[in-house]
Amino acid sequence: MTVETAAAQRLEHLGEEVLRVDDLAMHFPIRGGVFRRAVGAVRAVDGVSFAIDQGETLSLVGESGCGKSTTGRMVVRLLEPTSGRILYRGHDLATMSEDELRPWRSKTQIVFQDPYASLSPRMTVHDIIAEPLRVQGRYRQGGADRVSELLDLVGLQPEHANRYAHEFSGGQRQRIGIARALALDPELLVLDEPVSALDVSIQAQVVNKLRELQQRLGLAYLFISHDLSIVRHVSHRIAVMYLGVIVETGTRDQIFSAPTHPYTQALLSAVPVPDPRLRGARERITLTGDVPNPANPPSGCRFRTRCWKAQAKCAEEVPALEDRLGTGHPSACHFPELLPVLPTSGAAS
Amino acid sequence: MENTEPLLVIDELAVEFRTDEGVVKAVDGASFTIDRGEIVGVVGESGSGKSVTAMSILGLVKSGRRAGGTIRFRGRDLGELAGKELRTIRGAEIAMIFQDPMTALNPVVTVGKQIVEALRLHDRKLSKDAARDRAIELLALVGMPDAAARFKQYPHEFSGGMRQRAMIAMAIANGPSLLIADEPTTALDVTIQAQVLDLLRVAQQETQAATLLITHDLGVVAELADRVVVMYAGRVVEQGDVTTVFTAPRHPYTVGLLESLPRLDRDVDELHPIPGSPPSLLAPPPGCPFHPRCPLARDRCRTERPELRVVGNGTAVHRTACHFAEELAAVPTEVTR
Repeated sequence: MTVETAAAQRLEHLGEEVLRVDDLAMHFPIRGGVFRRAVGAVRAVDGVSFAIDQGETLSLVGESGCGKSTTGRMVVRLLEPTSGRILYRGHDLATMSEDELRPWRSKTQIVFQDPYASLSPRMTVHDIIAEPLRVQGRYRQGGADRVSELLDLVGLQPEHANRYAHEFSGGQRQRIGIARALALDPELLVLDEPVSALDVSIQAQVVNKLRELQQRLGLAYLFISHDLSIVRHVSHRIAVMYLGVIVETGTRDQIFSAPTHPYTQALLSAVPVPDPRLRGARERITLTGDVPNPANPPSGCRFRTRCWKAQAKCAEEVPALEDRLGTGHPSACHFPELLPVLPTSGAAS
Repeated sequence: MENTEPLLVIDELAVEFRTDEGVVKAVDGASFTIDRGEIVGVVGESGSGKSVTAMSILGLVKSGRRAGGTIRFRGRDLGELAGKELRTIRGAEIAMIFQDPMTALNPVVTVGKQIVEALRLHDRKLSKDAARDRAIELLALVGMPDAAARFKQYPHEFSGGMRQRAMIAMAIANGPSLLIADEPTTALDVTIQAQVLDLLRVAQQETQAATLLITHDLGVVAELADRVVVMYAGRVVEQGDVTTVFTAPRHPYTVGLLESLPRLDRDVDELHPIPGSPPSLLAPPPGCPFHPRCPLARDRCRTERPELRVVGNGTAVHRTACHFAEELAAVPTEVTR
């Protein structure tokens, strides 16, 4: 099956739900004592739910330690979740054995952040891209042609196939990683900080390529990033994570123009914007302190220790993720407030 | 002399590294100046030579060789100074803030003791008690909660943001007249980055130190710098006042950088990346180093290397190293919208 025929099939199903994640959790045990018994747990992801449609980009954004990458790794089952469900077109991947998983593995693929660490230095580009085909027993029939087709798809030359990864720049390596992820015609790509290691001029090349591939192939993306500017550019919908939970989720416009959770507002206000005319003209919310230890998260609302609005209720009661203000999108705050913190476009000129 | 010349003058600096494949020209004739009390941002991508330039000021480029040019600080040529003289300037008159505080802080010495050492090294008459009080004062100044208790702790007991604060406290301890900050917020999360940027502003106001801010993040420069120097392939390609350079760039590389950026503050339909990738510094292209990626490139660019020249008629001095900068003025770009 060529790329185009597979794409045509997917494009017919645009808007259908591909993935639904339900109350997903990952608790890494902390071992201690003579017998290395579990003496506690790092609750890296602690009850996360979301869904992605065919052809759609959902971004998970948050700072280090918020659980966004762990969530991505569970979705492709590089990690086995502690609890919760990963429903891929209705089939629960969370509890499947390795054998049961095998046919599903090809449907969801991952692209990693570091293009230097994620490609084997001992394999040619051809072998790197062909490996998933070999593993799934699909290489013998037209595998070599398929590799050429994939190289072309991500904007590399056919003669690149016989070279090694170290001969390529960061941006080209990331294209190789994308070609490998596309080898088995996946429907969903988990993109884990795919452009964070790249320089801005190269970053834009890869971002544009990812968008083009999505439109051409009808792919669904779970886009994981700490960079809010890129997230604004690539996303249809966004989930903001803090300390293992989703604190606010909505469409791109809802999150960027009408954020209601104090953490989302603080994040948006903290990003430096490359326009000197906006200096001092923006609403700035500077949070105090650091993210708490996920082994011992605060009671009630996890953000309360850094929140300027925290009250007694925040320590006692976990705020549910729900729409309290009628903005059409949910936020996990007892005292949500509509506070657009970004300058409106062109305001400075 | 002190009053007429800028605080720091970097003139035609060239730094080379010898590698197995040949000589890498990491910095290839870079020139710019810093005045007293001003914040100058140096931006560029990996391999542009921005960090090597900064490291050269204090003679910290170990394997590299100064192949030419001068660096004058308060009228004195830093390259002429003996090791001992340079050491009295390092950490006292010129101080550094690094990207990764763990490489700058000693892991087996308490944070307080390290600041005390920095203070007493440059002021022998300072008593231990007075140095201790001053160190705690400095920790409080950089926003360290419970500074007296933090004084006794080791770097590993600090979070990333707190370590960066401790390093800034150490850097400003001796009231330097020049602070060099090399990617000071790159390793930090955005909410912590905002804290450190605020702190750099406070430190600058407190010490009145000129600041050389090295970063790849155009947003950080736009927030903090008075002037900006754009580097590409070891050369300065554009420099000027930050608002002028960001709103009316006159070098195609600067325009390309700004058009590559996804924006938080507005919707951008499509990013316009710079085609290709930066040149190998083993064999930089002849003429203008940017010509292989430049939309304006023509024959002259392939043979004749453009030197920095004054453009525009603004009040601040705006320079660019492009033969055809005037053509950019007419191009309506997303950036200058």
